[in-house]
Amino acid sequence: METKNIMIVGVGGQGTLLTSRILGALTIQAGYDVKLSEVHGMAQRGGSVVTFVRYGEKVNEPIVEEGQADVLIAFEKLEALRYAHFLKEDGAIIVNEQEIDPMPVVIGAAKYPKNIVEDLSEKHRVYKVDATKEAKELGNSRVFNVIVLGIAAQHMDFTKEDWLKVIEETVPEKTIDINKKAFEVGYNLHR
Amino acid sequence: MSKKVLMLGNEAFARGAYEAGCKVSSAYPGTPSTEISENIIKYDEIYAEWAPNEKVAMEVVIGASMSGVRSLASMKHVGLNVAADPLFTASYIGVNGGMVIIVADDPGLYSSQNEQDTRAVARAAKIPVLEPSDSAEAKEFVKFAFDMSEKYDTPVIIRSTTRLSHSQGLVELEDRIDIEDKPYVRDVTKNVMMPGNAKGRHIVVESRERALIKDSCDFPINTVEYNDTKIGVISSGIPYHYVKEALPEASVLKLGIVNPLPRQLIEDFASKVDTLYIVEELDPIIEEQVKSWGIKAIGKEILTVQGEYSANMLKKAVKGQKLSTDNPANVPGRPPILCPGCPHRSVYSVLKKLKIHAAGDIGCYTLGAVAPLSVVDTTICMGASISSLHGMEKAKGKEYIKDWVAVIGDSTFLHTGVNSLINMVYNKATGTVMILDNSTTGMTGHQEHAATGKTLSGEATYSIDLEKLCQAIGVKNVHVIDAFDTDKLEKALKKAVGLDEITVIIAQSPCVLLDKSPVTKQYVINQDKCKKCGMCMKPGCPSITKKENGDIVINEIMCNGCGLCVEFCRFDAIDGIKVR
Repeated sequence: METKNIMIVGVGGQGTLLTSRILGALTIQAGYDVKLSEVHGMAQRGGSVVTFVRYGEKVNEPIVEEGQADVLIAFEKLEALRYAHFLKEDGAIIVNEQEIDPMPVVIGAAKYPKNIVEDLSEKHRVYKVDATKEAKELGNSRVFNVIVLGIAAQHMDFTKEDWLKVIEETVPEKTIDINKKAFEVGYNLHR
Repeated sequence: MSKKVLMLGNEAFARGAYEAGCKVSSAYPGTPSTEISENIIKYDEIYAEWAPNEKVAMEVVIGASMSGVRSLASMKHVGLNVAADPLFTASYIGVNGGMVIIVADDPGLYSSQNEQDTRAVARAAKIPVLEPSDSAEAKEFVKFAFDMSEKYDTPVIIRSTTRLSHSQGLVELEDRIDIEDKPYVRDVTKNVMMPGNAKGRHIVVESRERALIKDSCDFPINTVEYNDTKIGVISSGIPYHYVKEALPEASVLKLGIVNPLPRQLIEDFASKVDTLYIVEELDPIIEEQVKSWGIKAIGKEILTVQGEYSANMLKKAVKGQKLSTDNPANVPGRPPILCPGCPHRSVYSVLKKLKIHAAGDIGCYTLGAVAPLSVVDTTICMGASISSLHGMEKAKGKEYIKDWVAVIGDSTFLHTGVNSLINMVYNKATGTVMILDNSTTGMTGHQEHAATGKTLSGEATYSIDLEKLCQAIGVKNVHVIDAFDTDKLEKALKKAVGLDEITVIIAQSPCVLLDKSPVTKQYVINQDKCKKCGMCMKPGCPSITKKENGDIVINEIMCNGCGLCVEFCRFDAIDGIKVR
């Protein structure tokens, strides 16, 4: 199979590293070669962060380049727009509708773009979700990223059982149940 | 059956040290090298520690090697500058037990103050450099480096980059090799570098270089892949993968050793290809040497010395391909910021109010340089806040620095800042130094240090008392103040900058990310009372934003309940609420 290119983007502190850990464990379990590239350090302090995940028979470079992503998972709307040009023509983009104002917007030096989902939909297959709201309904607003991951799972090569098994092995024990529920919520959206 | 696991480059380096029989590791945290030590500590067979700075770490490792065991130092590129003094002479001394130094460069400046190339430092120190290209090689190259170190009686540097250190790839686990400790034998001609002995050792270093230039041609860590010989590429490390992706038809010489260069191997390869390209991130270290041998090659004429490379970049530069990718959307940037609830924000809001400039240092608090706080005026390197403030005073007089302070973190103060404070006391300075004590090494992801009371392994240890330390140096005015007590800070600061003697203000409050327990108190804006004046937004807390209708709101996911905004509200419009 051709190497599959996944990107997870968001704001430092939103849990992109946990998500990529789940995805990494999943690809090995399925017997693929895999490379992941992460951002640590300064950008993790509220900056724009991107994680690349590539899996297939043999993976060389650890990054996904412009025009190559099969799936773009965006935990924040503006970040979806920032990285949309990395998508392949038929790539899928999962957008959490949360808006986090970057500092230039907070101080009034820039405006948060409007109609992001509509604009992205013109060129790409867009799957949107208000994951924060959904997570709150589940009783833990922090599991929003696993809900988003659940939607993304529809566009990857693993079974639901694979996903749930890896989530069980990856997240802290106390949060296994809520994370599995969160995954189900996402998995059943946009089906 | 061997076991393959997914490992971060830094995790693989640690595994390599374990498998190679390494026994001692010392380091100071620095992105992107930090996780090497954090993973080494998981192996009981290796003693591992955080040193106060890279120079100390390097010397610890030299001592361990002298005593006869395999030892490892790790640091970021700028850390190697701090450790340069012992490094250059360790090159002359060589090793007893193998000695490896892993240095992580940061092309693209993800988390650093410059983009220097470690290979240039290594060349100057005449120390061999290996460069792996993924996690599997990271592990293997450490093992190779230890063997090589002992065989050639030299420290060996392994150069990593952010992309390698922070990428994960599959690694095959193997057993640890049992290496017997070597006996220590007194040998002053080798281990005491006074001029007469150093002269002799310099001869040894030069002949070692010559031997390596020859022998490295046969090192298995170099590989040659002949395909179409119209294009030949010499590359190493992460860029090798970009070459394979962009130019699959090309012949490739992948160098595992990048200093000294395996000259014959390169000359043979160059003679067999029509056009030779050299693809290396940052400086043209390989290129300039190869060209100096009279070999025609193309490198930095078409490739940049800045930032990271990519396959798309090579397709455009080497093949002249036009890629039909979309242009990036024009969107507001999202630079890193101080977290909601960060104690530095509180301190900076006071400095801003008093219109005091800050000579800054290396850490999260560097972020005080950007709007809306805009308090930090300078950032150079670890410890420089204090000494550069001193320089300003000596240049322009004590009145000139009455609206200046130096700000430095607790870990950075112990790294090298303490030397600068000694200099201030010794040379009769009058400046004000603020130690922003958040009880951790914050930016790199919360590492212990000599004033946290815990070692790298988490074991309890003596905790250096910063207040007493400053007093012992000779600072008479040392004040410890809660970083969120803005009234007290303001009073202390006003007094301190007016005094004609040194004051140290230790602003204490733990990093908001240290406490992992759920937030129990948050703040909300009472829209009935709010006059929408925006005062609460002055300190630049990212959880407070203005909506399109003008309402100012606090984001309930982000608010960490520090309450700094309450102090800025003149209309009593921000209420604390209990959550959970």
